[in-house]
Amino acid sequence: MTAPPPLPKWADLFVLPVINLLVAFFICGLIILALGENPISALVVMVKGAFVYPGSLGYTLYYTTNFIFTALAVAIAFHAMMFNIGGEGQAALGGLGGGLVCLWLAPSLPAGIVLPLAILGAAAFGAAWGVVPGYLQARRGSHIVITTIMFNFIAASLMVWLLGGPLLQQGQQSPQTEAFEPAGQMPKMHDLLGGLGIETTSSPLNLSFVLALLVLVGFWVLIWRTRLGYEIRTVGHNPDAAHYAGINVPRTIIVAMAIAGGLAGLMSINELQGVQHRVILDFTAGYGFTGIAVALMGRNHPIGIFLASLLFGALYQGGSELDFEFQSITRDMVLLIQGMIILFSGALAYMFNPPLARFIARVAAKRLEARHV
Amino acid sequence: MVDHHTHPASSGSGHPPAIELREISKTFGTVRANKAISMAIGKGAIHGIVGENGAGKSTLMNILYGLHRADSGDILIDGQITPIHSSADAIRAGIGMVHQHFMLVPNFTVLENVMLGSEGSPMLKPGVGETRALLKTLGEEFDMHVDPDALIEDLPVGLQQRVEIIKAVKGGARILILDEPTGVLTPGEAESLFKILRRMKQDGVTVILITHKLSEIMAITDTVTVIRGGEVVGHRKTADTNPEELAELMVGRKVLLRVDRGAARPGAVLLEADGLECHAADGRPLLHDIDFQIRAGEILGIAGVAGNGQTELLEVLSGLRPVDKGRLVVMNRTVTRQSRTDPEQMRQAHVGHIPEDRHRHGLVLAFEARENAVLGFHKSSVTGEGALIDQQAMTAHCLDLMREFDVRPPNPNLSGRNFSGGNQQKLVIAREIDKRPRVLIVGQPTRGVDIGAIEFIHKQLIRLRDEGCAILLVSVELEEILGLSDRIMVMNAGRQVGIVPCEEADEQTLGLMMAGIRGSDAA
Ligand SMILES: Nc1ncnc2c1ncn2[C@@H]1O[C@H](COP(=O)(O)OP(=O)(O)OP(=O)(O)O)[C@@H](O)[C@H]1O
Ligand SMILES: [Mg+2]
Repeated sequence: MTAPPPLPKWADLFVLPVINLLVAFFICGLIILALGENPISALVVMVKGAFVYPGSLGYTLYYTTNFIFTALAVAIAFHAMMFNIGGEGQAALGGLGGGLVCLWLAPSLPAGIVLPLAILGAAAFGAAWGVVPGYLQARRGSHIVITTIMFNFIAASLMVWLLGGPLLQQGQQSPQTEAFEPAGQMPKMHDLLGGLGIETTSSPLNLSFVLALLVLVGFWVLIWRTRLGYEIRTVGHNPDAAHYAGINVPRTIIVAMAIAGGLAGLMSINELQGVQHRVILDFTAGYGFTGIAVALMGRNHPIGIFLASLLFGALYQGGSELDFEFQSITRDMVLLIQGMIILFSGALAYMFNPPLARFIARVAAKRLEARHV
Repeated sequence: MVDHHTHPASSGSGHPPAIELREISKTFGTVRANKAISMAIGKGAIHGIVGENGAGKSTLMNILYGLHRADSGDILIDGQITPIHSSADAIRAGIGMVHQHFMLVPNFTVLENVMLGSEGSPMLKPGVGETRALLKTLGEEFDMHVDPDALIEDLPVGLQQRVEIIKAVKGGARILILDEPTGVLTPGEAESLFKILRRMKQDGVTVILITHKLSEIMAITDTVTVIRGGEVVGHRKTADTNPEELAELMVGRKVLLRVDRGAARPGAVLLEADGLECHAADGRPLLHDIDFQIRAGEILGIAGVAGNGQTELLEVLSGLRPVDKGRLVVMNRTVTRQSRTDPEQMRQAHVGHIPEDRHRHGLVLAFEARENAVLGFHKSSVTGEGALIDQQAMTAHCLDLMREFDVRPPNPNLSGRNFSGGNQQKLVIAREIDKRPRVLIVGQPTRGVDIGAIEFIHKQLIRLRDEGCAILLVSVELEEILGLSDRIMVMNAGRQVGIVPCEEADEQTLGLMMAGIRGSDAA
C-alpha cells in the first residue's frame, strides 16, 4: 500500500470527525428507516429534545459535564501513552472523597469553604485511585489496562461495603449516605442565572459545568504550555528520548495518572454535590467508559473533547426524547446510535484517513502547480 | 528465488535499460522533493545515487518501490511503462528494497523472518522446508550464508542486513535498491556486502545504491547520478569521475574531505574513568576495566568494531546506565555504584551528549523541530524564565540553531520525522553544541550525513575542542577517528586494548588492535 500523505492537522481535528459522524448517522438513519420510521423526523426530534424543548439544553450540558471530566481523565493518560480504563473507579472514589468532606463539614461551615474542599477531596481521592495503577505500571511493569480495570472492580466493591455499612444512612435500606446539608450542594445554574435576572427552566445543570470549562482550559495550558506537559508528551512519544533528556519517566507516568484520577474524580462533583446531594451507589453509570470514546473522538484535545462531550450529552438527552416520541424506537435504539458513533468515531476513527489525505494532497498539489506555472 | 532465464526484451543488442525514470516529480506540502528526475540504468549495472541530505534520494527510491506515489512522471522497467502504486506492484515488477532501518522481527529466527509473508500453506512445515532450501541456494549462489536458526537479535548488524537482502531478493527480484546500506556497517561488513553485490551483478541483477561515502561509489558502482535540491545535476560513468568532482557537484562548492586541525593544547583533566565496569542484567560483563583520562581541549577517539562496548560506554558516561564497579570522575563529581548519577545531573554538570541513535534517544519524531531543539533543556532558559514555556523563545532558539547549523528546511514547525536523516542529525548536534558543554560525549556523529555536513560537523567539533571542551568520540569510521582524535583508545569485547597517540596510529595498527591484538603500544 502506498503510505497516504500525512493529513493536515485541521483536517484531522475537524473534517475527519465530521465525516465519521455523518457515516454513523447515515447508518442509523438506514436502521430507523428499516424500523418503518422517518429518519429525518427522528433527527428533528433528537435535536429538539437535546437543545430546543424547555430545560433540554440544561440536561444536555449536565451530561456534557460528566463526559468532559471522564474524557479528560483518559486524554491526559493517553498523552503519556497510558490507556486509562479506570475512570469508573476513579470517579467512584472521587465521590467518596467529596462526599466525606460534605458529610463532615457541611453541617458547620459555609458553602464557600465546603465546596472548594469537596472539589479538592474528590480530586485527591480520585488521584489516589489513579496513582496506584500508575505506580504499578511505572515501577513494577504491571500493565495499566489490566490494573485500572481491576481497580474499577475494587472501587465498586469498596463502595458497596461502605454504603451498605459504615456510611449507611440511619434507618435506611437502600445503600446511600445521609443527604448533604445545603452548604455541600453545588448551586444550580438556573438559580444562579435567576439571580442575574435571566429566567431559565429548572434542570440538573449546576456550577460544575463552569468548573468543567475551566478545567478544559487548564488542561490545554498544562499539556501544551507547561514543562510538566512537555515531559508527559515526551514520555508518551518516546520514553527512551525522555530518559536521555533527563526526564524521570516513572515519576512522570505516576504524575500523569494522578492527574487522570483527579480529573475523573471531579465527575462526582457534578453528580453528587450537583444533583443527588448524597453519595449513592453506581452514580458513575458508565460515564468512565464512555469517556474513552469521547476522548478518542475528541483526539485528546480539549476543544475536541468539549465538542465530543456536547455531542454525547445531546445524544443522551435527545435519545430519551426519541424513545418517548416514537413507538418503534426504544431505549435500545438510542444505545445503538451511541454504539454506532463510538464505533465510527472511536474504533474506526481513522478509516477514512487515507482517502481524505489523498484528496487533500491532490488539491494542494494542484494549487502549488498552478502557482509555479 | 532468483530466476535465471533471460528476458526476451533484454536479449540481443540495443536492449532497453533495466530501469528508466522519466521526469519524476514529487511535492510534500511546499517542499519539492523531486523535480523532473530522469535516469536510465542498464541491466546488470551497479548504479550509485549521491546527493546532500534532503536532496530527495530516499523519496525517489520510495517512489520506485511504491511507498510514495509520484505527482507526475513514468517508471519504465525493461522498456515498458510500469505503474507502481504499492510495494506489491514493485515486487511484481521484480524490484526489491533494503531500507536503511531494518524491518525484521528481532525475536524471530532468520528462517522465520525470511518466511514471513510467504508462509504458503496454513501449516508451517512445507514452508519451512522450502525456505531452508532457498536460504541454502541463495547462500551458495551469492556467497551470503547465514545460520537459518539464529535469532535476529543475536546477529551482528551486517548479518541482519544480509537477511534483509535475502528477503528482498527471495521473490526473484532483478532490481535491488539499497538505501544507505553501509551507514551502520563496519568496513569489513561493508566489504562482504560489496562482494555479494558483485556476485548479483554477474548474475544480471541491477543494483541501485545510495550512499554518502564517495569511496564506496568509486569502489563498486559503474555509473552514478548526482542529485541536488531534488534535481539531477549530473550523470557520470564512475571510471570517468573522481570523489572531488562528485563532492563539488553534490554541494555546489569545493569540499574539504579532511578537516585541518592544529595541535591540541590539553588543560585540566575533566573526565576520568578508573576501573570502570558495567554488567548486563544477567551479570554478563559489558564493560571491563576501562581506564582513561580526557583533558580540556582534547579529543579521545574510541575505535572498535561496532558492538564491542562502545554503546555501553556512551551510556555510562551520559548517565543513562549505572556504574557497576570502579568510578567515573566528571570534573569534580565522582560517580560510583553507590553515588549514582542520571542524565539530568550530567546535563547540569555541562556534559553534552550526542547519542548514537538519533531516532531512539536524540529526537522525538512526533515533535516539532522547535520542541526537539529543547529536548533535555526544557527546564533551562532556552524555554524562557516564566512558569510556562515561552513559545516565542523556543521558536527563536530553534531558528538560531537552524541558521547556524544549516538545518534544512529551516522550519521550526516541521515535525522531526519529516526531516531527512542528515538534517535530523544536524538538529541534534546543533542542540548539544550550542550549550557550550565542558565535556561532550559523541556517538557516531556523522552516520548518514552528507559530505558537506560532515565537513561542517568536524569543524564544529574541532572548534569546540579548541575552546577547551573535553570530547569523547565514538565512531565506527576509522577515517573519522583518525581525522579528529588526539589520542585513540581501541576497544574489543568490552575491554580497552590500548590507547595510542594519533601520530602513532594508522589503519593497520588500529585494525590489529580492534581484533584484540595488543600492539607495542605506549601510554
Ligand atoms: N513525509 C514528508 N513530509 C514532508 N516533507 C518530507 C517528507 N518526506 C521527505 N520530506 C522532505 O523531502 C526532502 C527530501 O527528503 P529525502 O528523505 O528524500 O532526502 P534524502 O536525499 O534521502 O536525504 P538523506 O541523505 O538525509 O537521507 C527533504 O527536504 C525532506 O524534509
Ligand atoms: Mg535518505
